[in-house]
Amino acid sequence: MQSKATASSRPTMSLPDIQWKNYVVYIFFVIVLAFFGFTIGDSGFLTVTNLFNIARTTAMITVIAVAMTFVISAGELDLSVGSTTALAALVCALVMQAGLPWPLAVAAAIGSGLVVGCLNGFFVTVIGIPSFLVTLGMMQFIRGLDMRITYTNPVSISNQTFNGLFGSGKLFGIPSLLIWSVAIALLGHVVLKYTGFGREILATGGNRLAAEYSGVKTRRVKFAAFLLSGAAAALAGMLYAGMMQTARFNFGEGAELMAIAAVILGGTSLFGGRGTILGTFAGSLLIGTINNGLIIMGLDVSEQMMVAGGIIILAVAFGKKPGAA
Amino acid sequence: MSSPDLLQMTDIRKSFGSIPVLKRVSFSLRRGEVHALMGGNGAGKSTLMKILTGVYSKDAGTIAIEGVPVDLHDTAAAERAGIAMIFQEFSLVPTLTVAQNIWLKREPRLPGTPFINNAEMVRRSRDLLRQLGVDIDPETPVGTLSVGYMQIVEIAKALSKNARILVMDEPTSSLSEAETEALFGLVAKLKASGISIVYISHRMAEILTICDRVTVMRDGEAVMTEPCAGLTVDHIVEAMLGAGNTASFEWHDRGERPAAAPVLQVRNLRLAARITDVSFEIRPGEIVGLAGLMGSGRTEIAETIFGRRMPVSGEVLFDGQPVRGQADAIARGIALVPEDRRKMGLVLDHSVRDNVLLPNLAQFTRHFLVQDGEALKTVTRTIRALSIKTDGPDKLARLLSGGNQQKIVLGKWLARDPRLLVLDEPTIGVDIGAKSEIVETVRAMADRGMAVLVISSELEELMAISDRILVLHGGRITQEMNRRNVASEEELHHAIQGHRIEPSDHVAA
Repeated sequence: MQSKATASSRPTMSLPDIQWKNYVVYIFFVIVLAFFGFTIGDSGFLTVTNLFNIARTTAMITVIAVAMTFVISAGELDLSVGSTTALAALVCALVMQAGLPWPLAVAAAIGSGLVVGCLNGFFVTVIGIPSFLVTLGMMQFIRGLDMRITYTNPVSISNQTFNGLFGSGKLFGIPSLLIWSVAIALLGHVVLKYTGFGREILATGGNRLAAEYSGVKTRRVKFAAFLLSGAAAALAGMLYAGMMQTARFNFGEGAELMAIAAVILGGTSLFGGRGTILGTFAGSLLIGTINNGLIIMGLDVSEQMMVAGGIIILAVAFGKKPGAA
Repeated sequence: MSSPDLLQMTDIRKSFGSIPVLKRVSFSLRRGEVHALMGGNGAGKSTLMKILTGVYSKDAGTIAIEGVPVDLHDTAAAERAGIAMIFQEFSLVPTLTVAQNIWLKREPRLPGTPFINNAEMVRRSRDLLRQLGVDIDPETPVGTLSVGYMQIVEIAKALSKNARILVMDEPTSSLSEAETEALFGLVAKLKASGISIVYISHRMAEILTICDRVTVMRDGEAVMTEPCAGLTVDHIVEAMLGAGNTASFEWHDRGERPAAAPVLQVRNLRLAARITDVSFEIRPGEIVGLAGLMGSGRTEIAETIFGRRMPVSGEVLFDGQPVRGQADAIARGIALVPEDRRKMGLVLDHSVRDNVLLPNLAQFTRHFLVQDGEALKTVTRTIRALSIKTDGPDKLARLLSGGNQQKIVLGKWLARDPRLLVLDEPTIGVDIGAKSEIVETVRAMADRGMAVLVISSELEELMAISDRILVLHGGRITQEMNRRNVASEEELHHAIQGHRIEPSDHVAA
């Protein structure tokens, strides 16, 4: 231990190198944009409509990933977000179908997300089960619940105010999905970077015990992160529902993994303590751009998945800090 | 010089970038010698040992073993040359057994097969451990052993590789008193069997006890190499610090504190395991030392005062009111610098700034937002006040030396202007320079009215800083004495073992 402390007093050699690695996601983003711009720029990739399209299709992942950044920065993981999106979408659609006003439906949907977050938080912070296991179980449980509620039947949403607000509408020509994701990302950025809560999240993930000894109520902090995650998943569910004008039990399948990939690509540490929402936003856009570009290039789904998976691994490999496990 | 030296390192030089870390350092080791290597953090002793063990390569100079030049270009080469570093618990796999750890990657095989000969491995391990005179079952998982035994397993592992030179880095820093004694016995045994040991430590007393020679390094140079016999602590400290300033580690009689209501009252405290009945008081401006053996319950008392533990019976009163939990303690001005700064004191991967701000976030938050500009002023002030050596507030705590890390932990609480500061082993792994600076800071704060409770295994430190010393033994305070009436470290040492000191009328030097 002492030897380490002494050794580290030697000058740090590779500082510029480390800083470069913090921006890997942005560099990859530019490279990918440039690549697609040159190769398929003529086939419609570079049109405003298509760029909006990318932002729209990634909105749900972005919203989930912003909250996931908090959870991961606090040293935890939430795998239940994917199935929670479908739960919230179904709750929302059913409340409206019952003839109740849409704001009530929105509140019910967010409420369902908070309940899931609350359960996750309880099992992780009070009972003390690792979040990977709790949320893995929760993911299964909620997906089962999604299927059970309507016996896998879709529920359509005819309320055009809701659909416009949450999915298919535009404001000054900008798709509402894009507005939602930018707004959530900015809010998340400010909260993580400039509030006491954000610092407490990072301290908890960086060294839970030291945070405790400094007066941070780390259980409460983690609990709050799960609540955020549940609420964000619910919002993402409503964005799906609004876009499709319907709610389905299979919304958000695999969204949890996409969101985690976006978070890690963005430069947040999988082990907690270091997180960046702007990176997450870029990570999410990067994944969306790759998928979109590959579709325009005419690759079929199997090829898309292989290429996208490979690019994610490469980007994370380039961003790895030297010596980090 | 046709020397009997086993190891001769001559004119070793090493730079990192443009910064010279070792400037022509020479170091020698005789057969069967225990040679202490001392120096402040950054003096270059770790770098020198990393060159010896093949972790770093030297820029210039020669290394010879038994007069034959050797090339220690990597750790495997150093291992072949018979050089081994004894790490603390960290290089063992806790889930594997003692035997599995000792022979890891070198397991004996059943003849003619790729299968491990478990019985043989256990037998050889047992022989080794018997040779070292310890009774450890080779089939126990390492994770269940105490730190002292883990270190012995480390030594056994080194000997199994036929090591002739052992480098021990702060071997006693996490050992109990009894384990330390056992280790000293083991060192003597190794020495008698012709093994040479480089012994790195900050603890003067133990160096003078077990070492034959001492080499002191300062600023990348070996400034002194002398036989231990006839050396005094003062000699060594002076060599480490350079001519002059050792004053702050001497005791100053701060005089009687003005009578004031005690800020802390501990009454008939009983805690689950070891504390049966402890009572004491601290008045504003007073520095009280708490002496006791490792495991005597000192840390538990500190954590109870800080509100992290609840007493089984008895009470902790701050300003006459009971402390209700940690949040209450912090809000009312109690601060704790915990025992293990890396685990409990710091978020190592965060910056100096973030670490200093962590307990003070509420103070700098307006409308939910942390006012970073305002906060930075406090951080900068803290860095300056404690002379924390860092490139800037954004440097990661991990990259600072032990002493500077400890200053961050101290600084983050001092930024709150606490009324009671509890220090639990504040100078473990802290070099002498930083140590005096910490002592000086604490004294200055006490002069301004802060009450201080210092817990330490280093009696030298308690003797240097306390106005009053409490001795904890067998779950109670067995003695309470004015520092003036304690003549020497030995007296205090006897007291914590359970002997009574009669207040003497001579005044300590």
